[in-house]
Amino acid sequence: MKMIEVKSLKKSFGKLEVLKDINIDVAPQEVVCVIGPSGSGKSTLLRCMNRLEEPTAGEIFIEEDNLTDTKTNINQLRQRMGMVFQQFNLFPHKTVMENITMGPQRLKGKSKTEVKELGSQLLEKVGLVDKAKVYPDNLSGGQKQRVAIARALAMEPSIMLFDEPTSALDPEMVGEVLQVMKDLAEDGMTMVIVTHEMGFAKEVADRVIFMDEGFIVEEGSPAELFDNPQHERTKSFLSKVL
Amino acid sequence: METIQIILDALPTLLSGMGLTLEITIISLVLAMVIGLVLGVFSITKSKILRAISTVFVDMIRGTPLLVQILFIYFGIPSVFDVNLTAFAAGVIAITINAAAYLVEIFRAGINSIDKGQMEAGRSIGFSYWQTMRLIVLPQAVRRMIPAFVNQFIVSIKDTSLLSAIGIAELTFSGQSIYAANFRAFEILFAVGVLYFVIIYTLSLLSRWLERRLDVA
Repeated sequence: MKMIEVKSLKKSFGKLEVLKDINIDVAPQEVVCVIGPSGSGKSTLLRCMNRLEEPTAGEIFIEEDNLTDTKTNINQLRQRMGMVFQQFNLFPHKTVMENITMGPQRLKGKSKTEVKELGSQLLEKVGLVDKAKVYPDNLSGGQKQRVAIARALAMEPSIMLFDEPTSALDPEMVGEVLQVMKDLAEDGMTMVIVTHEMGFAKEVADRVIFMDEGFIVEEGSPAELFDNPQHERTKSFLSKVL
Repeated sequence: METIQIILDALPTLLSGMGLTLEITIISLVLAMVIGLVLGVFSITKSKILRAISTVFVDMIRGTPLLVQILFIYFGIPSVFDVNLTAFAAGVIAITINAAAYLVEIFRAGINSIDKGQMEAGRSIGFSYWQTMRLIVLPQAVRRMIPAFVNQFIVSIKDTSLLSAIGIAELTFSGQSIYAANFRAFEILFAVGVLYFVIIYTLSLLSRWLERRLDVA
C-alpha cells in the first residue's frame, strides 16, 4: 500500500504555474525530504498534499483515499495527516495543553481525562512536560515548534507533513526540533519534509527529492543525490548550499 | 436652589426616558451584533453572492443619514406597503440596521487581522471552516474588536436621541417635552446630558475592565 500517491499534479496561481506535472509515491514509514531553491514549488506541493492549496489538475491519494475528489470528506481525511508549519501557528489564546488536546477532544470525542493523559505523553515525547499550562507567547521558537509537532501528533495521524519546520528558528534551536523529528522517524512515522537542512536530510531521509521550477528534477537516496547528483541543476544547487 | 428643584421635578420623567433609551439600545445592539457577525463573515467568504449581499447592505446603510432611515421606516414604508409599525419597533429596526452596517466592517477587519496561519492550522488538524472560525479565529478576533465595538455602542446610544423625531419618549424626547412646558431648557438639557454621560461612561469603564481581564488570559 502507498501512503501518499501524487499523480500528474499541477498547480497554478493565476497565470503562474507553480507545479508542473508532479508524480510521487510515498511508502509506509518512509521519510521523504523535499529540497530545492525558494520558489521551486516545494511548499506548494506539501500544501497540496492536505489540500490547503487546491490542486489545479491531477490526483492525490492518501492511503488510497482520493483527496482531490470533491466527495471526499476533507476534514476527516486531514485528521489522518499532521501538518507542521514554518511559523508554528500555535493558538495564542490557548495553553500548550489546550493546543494539543483541542483536536482529539472535539473531533474524536475523547474525554477530558483521556486527552490530558495523551497530552502529557506527547509533551513528554517533545520534552516540554513543565510547559503544559503556559501560553505559547511565553515559549521560545524551538519550544513552540515542538508543541506544534505534539499538537499534530495528538490526532494520531499516519502521515506527518513538515513545511520548513526549522526555517523560522534561531540557529541554536534548530537542533532540538530536528531531534524530535528524528525520534519520530525512528518510531516509524511516514513523513514528508520540506527543508533546507541538508545535514538532516542526509542523515534521516530514506529518499530526497530535488525540485526546481515546478518540476521534480531528480530523486534518490541521500547518498545518490548528495554525493552523486546527475543533473546540472542539482549540482549547482548543492554546490551553493553544502 | 431653584435649579436643583427643577431638575428633581423632571427626574422621574427623564429617568423613564433613560430607561427607554437603554431598552432600545440594548435590544438593537444585540440584534445588530448578530447581523454584523453574519454579514461580516459573509464579506470574507469565497462566495461572490454572499459578499455582494454584505457589500450592498453596508454601502446602502452607511451611505444614507440615520434620520432619513428612521423616517423612511416609520413613515415611508407603511405609506406604500401594508405594514403597521409601532414607533418603538421602527426605532429598534432603524438603530439595529444602522449599527449592524458599521459592525459588519468591524467584524470583517477584526477577522482579517488574524493571521491566516491560524485558519490553516485549525483546518490541518481536521476542524471544518466554521469550527475553526468559532473556536480559533473569532475568540482572538473579538478580543481585538472590543475597543471598536464599544465605540460603535457609544455612537448607537447617542443615535437613539434621533428617535425623538418619530415621537418615541426616550431620554432626549422626555427632556424636550419637559422644557416645552416649563421653558427651563438650560437645566433640563443639562440633566439630559448628564444622564447620557452616566450611561456612556459606565460602558467605557466596563470595556476597560473587560479588556484588562481578557489581556491576562
